[in-house]
Parts: sequence; structure tokens; C-alpha cells
Amino acid sequence: MSDLTQLTLEAALAGLKSKDFSSVEITKAHIEACEKGAKLNAFITTDYDNALKSAEASDARLAKGEGGNLEGAPLGMKDLFCTENVRTTAGSKILGDFKPQYESTISAQMKSDGMVMLGKLNLDEFAMGSANETSHFGSVINPWKAEDGIDLVPGGSSGGSATAVAANMCLGATATDTGGSIRQPASFTGTTGIKPTYGRCSRWGVVAFASSLDQAGPITRTVKDAAIMLQSMAGYDVKDSTSLNVAVPDFAAACDNGVKGLRIGIPKEYTMDGMPAEIETLWQQGIKWLQDAGAEIVNVSLPHTKYALPAYYIVAPAEASSNLARYDGMRYGNRVDGENLYDTYERSRAEGFGEEVRRRIMIGTYVLSAGYYDAYYLQAQKVRTRIAEDFNAAWEKCDALLTPTCPSAAFAVGRKIDDPVTMYLNDIFTVTANLAGLPAMSVPVSLDKDGLPLGLQIIGRALDEETVFAASAALEKAANFTAKPKKWWA
Amino acid sequence: MSNENKGVDAEIVRKIARLSRLHVDEDRLAPLADELNGILSWIEMLGEVDVKGVEPMTSAVAIDAPLRADVVTDGGVRDKVLANAPKTEAGYFVVPRSVE
Repeated sequence: MSDLTQLTLEAALAGLKSKDFSSVEITKAHIEACEKGAKLNAFITTDYDNALKSAEASDARLAKGEGGNLEGAPLGMKDLFCTENVRTTAGSKILGDFKPQYESTISAQMKSDGMVMLGKLNLDEFAMGSANETSHFGSVINPWKAEDGIDLVPGGSSGGSATAVAANMCLGATATDTGGSIRQPASFTGTTGIKPTYGRCSRWGVVAFASSLDQAGPITRTVKDAAIMLQSMAGYDVKDSTSLNVAVPDFAAACDNGVKGLRIGIPKEYTMDGMPAEIETLWQQGIKWLQDAGAEIVNVSLPHTKYALPAYYIVAPAEASSNLARYDGMRYGNRVDGENLYDTYERSRAEGFGEEVRRRIMIGTYVLSAGYYDAYYLQAQKVRTRIAEDFNAAWEKCDALLTPTCPSAAFAVGRKIDDPVTMYLNDIFTVTANLAGLPAMSVPVSLDKDGLPLGLQIIGRALDEETVFAASAALEKAANFTAKPKKWWA
Repeated sequence: MSNENKGVDAEIVRKIARLSRLHVDEDRLAPLADELNGILSWIEMLGEVDVKGVEPMTSAVAIDAPLRADVVTDGGVRDKVLANAPKTEAGYFVVPRSVE
């Protein structure tokens, strides 16, 4: 039997169904890969005993010719999803040994579809970060390295998910995306990731960061794998009032639709000063690939693009400051006793939250405070409408957009950044889709001059993941990206 | 965006920290003010956007706020609710004295 960790999710599911190997076998192979990859720090909590029990149960179902969409497949869960009786940390110290007494809707759906959960994946604290360096549980290391051998970040916030998938430690992983947290790590690790339309997946049981922007999606090794995983993750949920009560299409089938006759928009504003020339070249290559596959290329303009990041850095911290008010050390999580009740709150929160989270809570509190609400928050929400209008105008001319995913490849762990704004620029091409609630996917397409992966992004109309999958699959096919990181960690 | 906004100083940071229920040591107030001003001066550029007659975005995809029947759908799980509490006693949360 060849190495079962090298399979795509699609091939693994087919192999399980035809009993070429058992779920216990493929799960054990992945557990071994996870153990060997421990120094990548992708997991915060592993749950191998339960994984093997789930695998046995899957094998029993498969033996009877039964089983769900993910039956027997070993997958990883970002540690932002509440999982019953399995520690959930959100990458923070403040939750302590929090063991949810309930299961998030997404993980529940995946379990009922037969997922084998290997454990909980590392992330930036409360998903706030673009390098996975704000995690209380330490940085995640990117399996990819340049010639110099320096440790690189996997991107963030879903850095553990991206690393685990890139290093063949799981067949796919859940992730979440508030400003680019699925797509940027996917681009940095040569993996594929989709943030679906806002409301496509239930947020119930997912630790909240910025509720009007947060959306879950998968990180996988192929476009088809992402479609398979999203099928299990998506769907209406009465427990999330923003979840959309619409039918979930067959995402995997959409991957084969092709791009013939599709109009692909190229937004001229998606280029920035200081962006490496190879990213511009790659973008042009992507245009050529889609054109050759039969798409029509049209130039479009999204004039408010440059305002997306500043609007995001008002809306996201504002919502975060409100969402994170619940961590008061009273009902769950860590408590640090102070001189009185207020002092206990203030010390519990100051010691429990890391620097970036505290910074964003304070920014959010400031922009929502009396006298500033209109100037900042209301203005940002209006700018957000302008950004959505830009997209609506573009959809008159095209069916999907093609852009770079990120302005750079992965950078070094511990790179000294004095200015938080510089770090925020990582999200410049991804954040617009969150503000407008649109589906967007990053596809790995090539290596840069240092041998590091780069991705391109497809953005689609609201609820039109099918076109996003079709165009992404066409890109994937044309790019034929087969590079793998050298296995230096094992 | 208000042009008269001169940014935050140590005193305002103290107020924000209080509202945020975050303990900040005295010697961190001024450096934090600098940091926050760096971010705030960057987001000031939103003031350039003409938003006359524009409604603030409240939801990415237009949906009606869903209603459900006003009935109890959950409950009777006291021990689960208390399971992660830092301190409990006799089926209650134990919290610091809040009324002097």
C-alpha cells in the first residue's frame, strides 16, 4: 500500500468505499504523520483515541455499504470550533481548559457525515492575525522553506489548518475567514481554500470574532476536495439567524463545469506599490490560462478597494470588542483574582488576552464609544456598502473575478514588525470579499523565485460558489501545481 | 470623519482600557496611545469617501430577520452550564462580591 497520507480526500473516500484500505489504516497513517510533524506545531490538542474509535465505527458502516459524505476520512478541526468534551481554546490563554458541553453545527454535520477528527488545529488568538504568531500556543511553522532554511509562517489565522494539510497530516481541515484567514494561509502553504458566501455555513458554536464577517470553509489539497468538504459544512441552521435558508448545490459537480463562455473580470485596483513583480506576472499568467480554457476576459473597476482594509479595521475590532466582552472569568475560562470585581475582570482579561487581541479590543471600544460611533463605525459601514456596490457594478460585466490572493509569499517567523498596519496589509486582496459577503477561493498555482508557493484568487457573486469552483478548477488544471514541500520535519 | 480628531492620549487610553475592562499598567498608557494613533491615522482615510445618501451595510446578503415561536427549546442542563466555571458551589457560580 502506498502512503495513504499522500491521497487527495476524493481519492481517499473512493478507496475507503471500495475497501482498498480501512479507515483505521488511513487514520493510523495520519496519526503517525501528525506525530512526526509535531515540531510544525499545527495542533493545539490531538484526540487520537477518539479518532481511532470513530475510524472503527466508520469501518463498520462502510462494511455494510453505508456511510456519509466524509465517511472514514481523517480531518483536522480549527480550534475555533466548539467540540463536545474536547478542549477548545481559540488560540487563547483566557479559555483555559474550556471543554465545550456542545458541538458546533459544522463539526456536528461533519461527524454525522463520517469524519474522523484527529484534533484541534492551531490558529492566531481568536483568529486575529495573518501569521499564526499571536497564538498562545506558539507559532505554527510552514512546511515550505526557501533555500536559506529559515522557518516561515504559514499565514493566519488558519495557520494550523493550512500547515496540517500541506504537510499531509490530515486530508483536509476546517478553517474560518474574517479578513482572509482561509485564503492567505492557503496561498502561503500551496493549499486550496474557500471562504463561502456569508451565511452559507452556520456560525453556531464557532468562537466569534467579527460576527458580520466571520465565515467558515475548508482548506484542502485540491479544488474538488474543498467542494466535498464544503458540502458537509454548509447548510441552513435555525440556531444561526444569519445562516441562509437556501438549497446547497452540488459543489463537486460544479468543479467540472469549465469556464467556456464565462466572463472573468480583472479589477485594475488589485495591484499595489511594492508588490513583487512575480505576483503581477503570475496574475497575467492566470488570465492567459483562463482565456485559453475558453473564458472571456473583461477589465473591471472596483474603485473603493483601497478603503476596504481601513473599513475592516474599524468593523472587525468593533465587533470583536463586543463579542469578547463575554470573557470575564466568571462562568468559564481563567479568572485572576483582583482587589474587587472590576479589578478581577480587568486582570483576568489583561492576563488572558494577548497583545494583538487587547489592541483590537481597545480600538473597537474606542470606535464604538460615545462621540466617535458616527465618525468611525457608521462611516465604515457606509463605505462597506460602497464596496458592495462596486462588486454589484462589476457583476453587470462579468461572472467572477481573478486576482492575486496575497501581495507576497510566506515570510520569516519572528519577522520584526513595529507597525501593525504593515501586517494588516497581508489581507489587502482578501478582505473585500468578507466586507461584501462574497464567496472567494485561493488556488495554488506556482512557486516564486525562492521556491515558495503563490496563489490566485477567484471571487464570485453571492451564493454562486458553483462558478467559483468551476473557475478555480480550471485554474488548477491549467497551473498543474504539483510541487510539495521537502519533508525536513520528519 | 471628524477633522478635529487629534487622536488619543494617555488619558483617553486609560478611559478606553476601563471601558474595555483591561488592566493597563501606568507606564504602558503612552506607548499604547502611540500605537493606537498609528492605526487611527491610517483609518482616517475613510473620511474621503462620499457616503451621501448611502445606507450603512447591515448584512451581506439581504435576509429578513427570522422569527421563531417563543417557546423553551433548551434547558435543564445546570451541570453542563457549570462544567467550565472557575468556581462553583452548591450548583451556583461563585463570583467576587459586587455590592459593598
